[in-house]
Amino acid sequence: MTPFTVVTGPAVALNRANVDTDLIIPARFLRKPRSAGYQNFLFHDLRRAEADFPLNGIDPVVLVADANFGCGSSREGAVYALVDAGIRCVIAPSFGDIFAGNAGKNGLLTIVLPPDQAAALRNQLPAEVSVDLPRQRLRFPDGHEHVFEMDPFRKRCLVEGLDDIGLTLEHTARIAAFQEADRHARPWAQPDGTEAP
Amino acid sequence: MNRPQTLFEKIWNAHAILTRDDGTTLLWIDRHFVHEGSFHGFGMLEHAGRTLARPDLTVAVADHYVPSHARSQPIRDPEVAGMMATLRGNARRHGIDLLDLDDPRQGIVHVVGPEQGLTLPGLTLVCGDSHTSTHGAFGALAFGIGASEVSHVLATQTLWQRRPKTLRITVDGTLAPHVAAKDVILAIIGRIGAGGAVGHVIEYAGSAIRGLDMEGRLTVCNMSIEAGARAGMVAPDETTFAWIEGRARAPKGDAFAAAVAAWRKLPSDPGAGFDREITLHAAEIAPTATWGTSPETALPVVDRVPDPALEPDAARRARIREQLDYMGLEPGRALEGIPIDRVFIGSCTNGRLSDLRAAAAVLRGRRAVVPGLVVPGSVPVKHAAEAEGLDRVFRDAGLVWGEPGCSMCVGMNGDLVAPGERCAATSNRNFQGRQGPGARTHLMSPAMAAAAAARGEITDVRRLA
Repeated sequence: MTPFTVVTGPAVALNRANVDTDLIIPARFLRKPRSAGYQNFLFHDLRRAEADFPLNGIDPVVLVADANFGCGSSREGAVYALVDAGIRCVIAPSFGDIFAGNAGKNGLLTIVLPPDQAAALRNQLPAEVSVDLPRQRLRFPDGHEHVFEMDPFRKRCLVEGLDDIGLTLEHTARIAAFQEADRHARPWAQPDGTEAP
Repeated sequence: MNRPQTLFEKIWNAHAILTRDDGTTLLWIDRHFVHEGSFHGFGMLEHAGRTLARPDLTVAVADHYVPSHARSQPIRDPEVAGMMATLRGNARRHGIDLLDLDDPRQGIVHVVGPEQGLTLPGLTLVCGDSHTSTHGAFGALAFGIGASEVSHVLATQTLWQRRPKTLRITVDGTLAPHVAAKDVILAIIGRIGAGGAVGHVIEYAGSAIRGLDMEGRLTVCNMSIEAGARAGMVAPDETTFAWIEGRARAPKGDAFAAAVAAWRKLPSDPGAGFDREITLHAAEIAPTATWGTSPETALPVVDRVPDPALEPDAARRARIREQLDYMGLEPGRALEGIPIDRVFIGSCTNGRLSDLRAAAAVLRGRRAVVPGLVVPGSVPVKHAAEAEGLDRVFRDAGLVWGEPGCSMCVGMNGDLVAPGERCAATSNRNFQGRQGPGARTHLMSPAMAAAAAARGEITDVRRLA
């Protein structure tokens, strides 16, 4: 995972709410291996259906969307398509919960801005935007700086490029102790017909 | 006296292994369902040289890519065949129970889990599929995850989660005749919007929810994600326990009695606080259909599609116009009478026996005037439907009776709606291109889809009753 510190580059606006992950990557591409890259699947059908689609002719590093971006399917392919196309950060008033989780695991920064601020930013695009994750500052094209909120653990994972399975495995003893206690507390939770290891 | 707790809090607290200073909790996961699409998660696991923590709590199901026809013949599309082979290989290598194409338990993962007694009250369940919220109908905490999280659960049987907020949606009163669970959840999404429950776990409550059978509760919880919710749940009760008793993987005998005793303690305590509350009146819910490209565009079928000229907000006006354009609809026209080209009856939302019965009740003795596909949610559902002669009703009406799987809800197996075609569907998403590039989807209940098939247009099912 590429660590995220400061990213400056072209940003484009997507002026529609509820951009679902089916739009970001149609289902038929999800069977493709990641090794070949997912960049060509990004908004595949929308880019062809709408000649003036904002990403046509521009390779942005920042995407600024409207509310509930990434709603719908849990497909992580939506994040792969964005990341493989060179997008490092998506800014919106809200995100689909699963999409935001997937983004964090793949080094894609999601920033929640209040609806009016996000709309003001979209109105200044396409233009250059700067995102400083360590300082949690966003510089709009008009030069103004805005502070954004960020979950401290997600920030640390993004800035340091941490492997969270590795972090979890540091808690192996705690997990084992939990399992032992839980087996007595909830014996019914084990599926019938299997033996616990 | 302890502070009163919600159903969600009780399950969350019982699964919290540890909570970090930043508030993120490591949760124990009781069940992990995987399917063909989980190959990225397995790939990450193996790439990192890790092994599967609890194969006994992991169940693999072939559903997303399985063919709806000619199961005994080889799959023609080499990529689809490859997806099936990869799932088989992953299940074999990691010692996971696989419900493969030829397995008598096979079906859509969210139909199979409850059917096999793998889904139980008080459990945490995850799957790399957003409709995992379905299983919350049993009073479980169930939610969809992405491939990286699939890999995390495979490796550790745990997941890091931020504690979501809680939203109680109370539906009180009695549903009118011909109003189904699908109409209830579409009405809820129409009311709160596609992002209305982002960051929340919904508990569905009230007499109309308690009055639903398990299949209806599964339909409601299934579409929680379409309101943006992390999960949806219904408190377990006698209906729940009766449904579970005797299922293959559910506790048996004394163990079942002990489980029920524990499950009775799960419902939210009187006085437990929710972050938000919403109330709907069951009597006000009508047979419903969507007109646009988000489930939030649900309206009573007697209503009219919106007219952008009457919308004062510029952004909303543009959004209405875009959706009407894509859907090929005149502003302000009646929802009833919109001509359709085909129907799809099935999916994890509405592919269960009671759904097929509701559709067959409308089609019995009638002919469909458009082509359509009926896909049972699982092999047991298929056999039960055939034992009742429901397959004959659909075939006699001119519809195709398929083999269990996700089919035309998502089109991964090639069951697609053609560009520009309009489909009345019992599935869960009417997103642009969801059923195929350029496809136009109207979501509705099984009875409403059957009525649409019989008339060739969106029809208030009460006209055919």
